[in-house]
Parts: sequence; C-alpha cells; structure tokens
Amino acid sequence: MVAGDAAIRLEAVTKVFPGSTAAAVNELSLDVPPGTLTALVGPSGCGKTTTLKMINRLIEPTSGRIVVDGTDVRDRPAHELRRDIGYVIQQVGLFPHQTVATNIGTVPRLLGWDKQRVRDRVAELVELVGLDERLLRRYPSELSGGQQQRVGVARALAADPPILLMDEPYSAVDPIVRVHLQDELLRLQDLVQKTIVFVTHDIDEAIKLADRIAILAVGGVLEQYGAPEELLRRPANEFVEQFLGRERGLKRMALLKVSDVPLSPGAVVPAEATPAEAKEVMGRFGVDWVGVLEGDRLRGWAAAGDLDGLERVGDAPLERFVSWVTPGTALREALDTIVTTRTRAAVVLEDDRYLGMVFIEQIAEGVE
Amino acid sequence: MTRAVLAADAKSFLWWDWVDDHYDEIWQRTLEHLRLAGLALVIGFAISLVLALVALRFRRTYAPITWVTGILYTIPSLALFAFLVPITGLGTLTAEIGLVGYTLLILLRNIVAGVDGVPASVKEAADGMGYTSWRRVGAVDLRLATPTIIAGLRIAAVTTVGLVTITALVGAGGYGVLIDDGLSRRFNTPIVVGATLSIAMAVAFDLTLLGTERALTPWARRSRRR
Repeated sequence: MVAGDAAIRLEAVTKVFPGSTAAAVNELSLDVPPGTLTALVGPSGCGKTTTLKMINRLIEPTSGRIVVDGTDVRDRPAHELRRDIGYVIQQVGLFPHQTVATNIGTVPRLLGWDKQRVRDRVAELVELVGLDERLLRRYPSELSGGQQQRVGVARALAADPPILLMDEPYSAVDPIVRVHLQDELLRLQDLVQKTIVFVTHDIDEAIKLADRIAILAVGGVLEQYGAPEELLRRPANEFVEQFLGRERGLKRMALLKVSDVPLSPGAVVPAEATPAEAKEVMGRFGVDWVGVLEGDRLRGWAAAGDLDGLERVGDAPLERFVSWVTPGTALREALDTIVTTRTRAAVVLEDDRYLGMVFIEQIAEGVE
Repeated sequence: MTRAVLAADAKSFLWWDWVDDHYDEIWQRTLEHLRLAGLALVIGFAISLVLALVALRFRRTYAPITWVTGILYTIPSLALFAFLVPITGLGTLTAEIGLVGYTLLILLRNIVAGVDGVPASVKEAADGMGYTSWRRVGAVDLRLATPTIIAGLRIAAVTTVGLVTITALVGAGGYGVLIDDGLSRRFNTPIVVGATLSIAMAVAFDLTLLGTERALTPWARRSRRR
C-alpha cells in the first residue's frame, strides 16, 4: 500500500500499562484503507480494545505513532480529534438524563452547530438508522437494547465523521437482534462508506461484516491481516487456523458467491430437441432429468421416463425447478438449496434468464 | 381540659395570647433562621463542590479532605462556638463558620459518591464524543449525580436548621432566641413555638429539596417501557 493511502495508520504502536511488565499491544503496525470496515479480532487480552482506544486517544500509546487522515493524532487536542471520530461501545453509554434526540445531537452541539441544524440532522439520522421518530422524546431507559444500540450508532454518526470506531457493539444484545443490527450496519455502510474499525471477539461476526480482518494474539501481536476470504483460504499459522475455528470451508462458502465459480452449461436442451438428444445430455451429467429451454427462458424439467415416444422434449409434462439461485447468492446458501431439495444441482437464474447450473462439484472446486 | 393545658395562662404548655402578642418577633426570628440556614447551605454547598471537584480530579486528596471535614463534623457545636467567639466575635460570621463547617462532610461525600456512581460507560462515551473534561463534569457527571447530591443536601438542610437554634448563643438570632428566652424565664410558650417552627422549617426545606430533585431529574421517573 502506498503511504498516505490509509485512513488510519498505526506505526509500531506499543502500549505497556503502568504497573505491568508485559505489553498490551506490541509494535503493532496496521493500515486501514478508507471506506472499509476493518475488524480487530482476537481472544481477550489481545489488546484489540486498547488498540481501538489509542486511535481516539482514550488511551495514549507508550511508543509508536498513529496517523489519521495524514496527521498524527497527537497534533491536536484529544477532544477535537474525538469530535471527528464516531465512537460506539458495547454498553452503548447513552446519557440517561437526556432524551434520545438530545443524545443523538451531542457532537453537533459540542461543535457549536445552531439548534435548527442539529434538529435537522437528528431527523436525518433517525431515518438513516431506522429508528421510529416517536422514540426521539423518550429517555434511554425506555428503549430496548437494540433500539439503544441504534441510537448509539446515530449519535456516533451525528457530525458525519469520516471514521467510526466500534467496540464490541453487538455483544450485549440477544442473537436475533444482533443479526438484525449486523445487517443494518452492512446496509448503512453501503450508504455512508465510512472507515470503520470494529472490535469483536466473534470471528463469525468479523467474517460477516469486515472487508479486512486483523487477528491479534495475546499481547497485541498481529498474526494475520487480510480479507476474510484470504484468511479462511490461507491462514498464516496455527493460531489463526485455530481462531478461525472449524468449518472454514463452510465459512468461506458464506463469503463466496455463485458468480465466483465457473457455471456448468447444465443438463438442458432446447424444447425442439429429440428424446435421444436429451438422453445423451442426461447421460453426460449423470442425471435422470433434463431442463427444457425456450430461448434463454427455462420452462421446467422433464423426467427421463416421460420422454419415450415423443417427437420433441418440449411436449413432455414439465415440472418447475424448485432448486434455483442467482449469481449473487452465497455459495453456502446454494449448497443448502441443493442439499435440501435433494438434487445435485441448482439452476442459476438472473431476472428469469437461464445462466447455467451449479453442481456440488463446482462448489467444492470453488472452495478449494 | 385541653383548653386548660393549651391556652389558660403563662404556665400552660402553649399560651396563645403570648403568640398573638409576638407575631412580629416570631416573623423576625423566622427570617433570621431562614437566612442563617439558607446561607450556610449555599456557602457549604459551594465549598463542598470545589472540594469535591479537587478530590475527584486529584484522587489522592480525597482522604485528607474527608479527614479534615470529618474532624470539623465531630467537634461539639457548643465547644466550637465557644472557641470561635474570642476570634470572630458575636454575630452572623461566627454562626456561619460553625454551620457551614458542619455541612461540608455530608455534602462533599455525597457529591463524590454521586459522581463515582455515574456508569463508567457513560463517562467513556462522553469522553469519546469529545467532551472536554470540565464540560463533562458539568453536563454529565454532576447532572447524573443530582439525586445523590440532593440526598446529601436534604440531610445537611435538616441538620443545619436544627443547629441554627444554637447560634442564638452567639447572638445571630433565629428561633434559638425564643427558646433561650423561654428557658431563662422558665416560660414554656416561646420554647414550644421556637422548637415547633424550627421543626416545621426543617420539614419545609426537606420537601422543597425533594421537589427540586423531582424537577431536576425527569428521566428518573419515567418507567421502563419496552
């Protein structure tokens, strides 16, 4: 990566807490590209939260340098730096004595925006994070955990900071709400394109959300840094492999899409084809059915036994395919479709257009 | 029977004729009492606030500060006034030194405890949002400590209103003058009037502060709706 490309750059950052001999973070260097979500992942004691807090100077490094948008974070007062960096924490930390609207408007008020501008911005954010605007006048104690976390995100985004730091934001909410919030974050990130640093101990959360994952070992040692797919495909060492856990293939399949594997032309014939031609195709693909095409539309499938004595395959009684996916479908879901419908292949369609088929073998090759 | 006890003459428990004749004096003593107690609370709160902020900022000073205010608190009030009169003379100043001194420990402790009780996550979020440390103290820490601080003020207020009756001894006025007068003449009525009004004033202070707390902490009353 070219110098200056990173939105956040850590240069040999070390933190030794007073009274401790071991480093919490050790000579950590890391470039976070702008507009991406980078997850810091590791077991407890790996210094991931410490690292995060050094970016907004809630913790000052013992040595090393942190550069945000080209300037050293120590070049200006900490409170000014922090107003330009959104911050979301696990316990949310909403101000209990302020209404939701006042909470969200915190940083704009600190920046001295006038009242009307703050109000307009709050209204905008409520929509952005999908909150009911009737909640604006409530106090945080009147909200559910999921609502509180949404308010926390809205508050962090209030002054439209280029950078967002999130410290295990979803580990205190129940699993169903967590999945919702994760999906919302992905949707939100599509819209706002912030540089997000996300701390979590949950590798699956990191795989789901992150563009890049940094895996840290105890003592703040960087074990591997790269795209989730890359980590799953080629773990740098045993520690990373263990941390990624079992079912690495399945996890990768969740990241890869049907469009990432070469499609098979599939066991299909045009409606005008003869039964003999159809049987030849079935034989080639080792199936006892054949898809019937009319132009680029797939009309359905015919069973081998129904073809005898027909002139054209199109005259056979056709069944609809139940096992179909789109190029954007995750491989893992495609596999699930194949397995649960007990076929060997799934039809790949895009806007009703037939693109081909994906067989279990191709999924396996893609994950190789 | 009741009339005989309550209203018959100067020997009775409460002689209304005396009360009727002394409305002006009772009113004057009330104002003096109110002023002495109110001033002591305001000054005591201001000093405690400064001490608390120092103790919160420089944690090591908390123990010595509590130690000094604790000693002040334990000095018997009569002894303290007796000690002060040769230095500061008779009057309001002497009274206030003593009264203020007795409020410090309670107020200081409650302010510090209140701020300590603010959830760490809230403080961390405030820092992370970019509050300067003093602004955070004012806008977040002290606001959230309000219930605990007012709890301290209520104790201090009730104690102080009672204690003001003693400051009559140093010539500062208040209901103590009435009580003193009654004691020296073996005359019940002023004692009963002074003591009763003093109690009433303590209750009034308490209720006012309770109302103030309610008004200042609207968030505390909303029930959890989910």
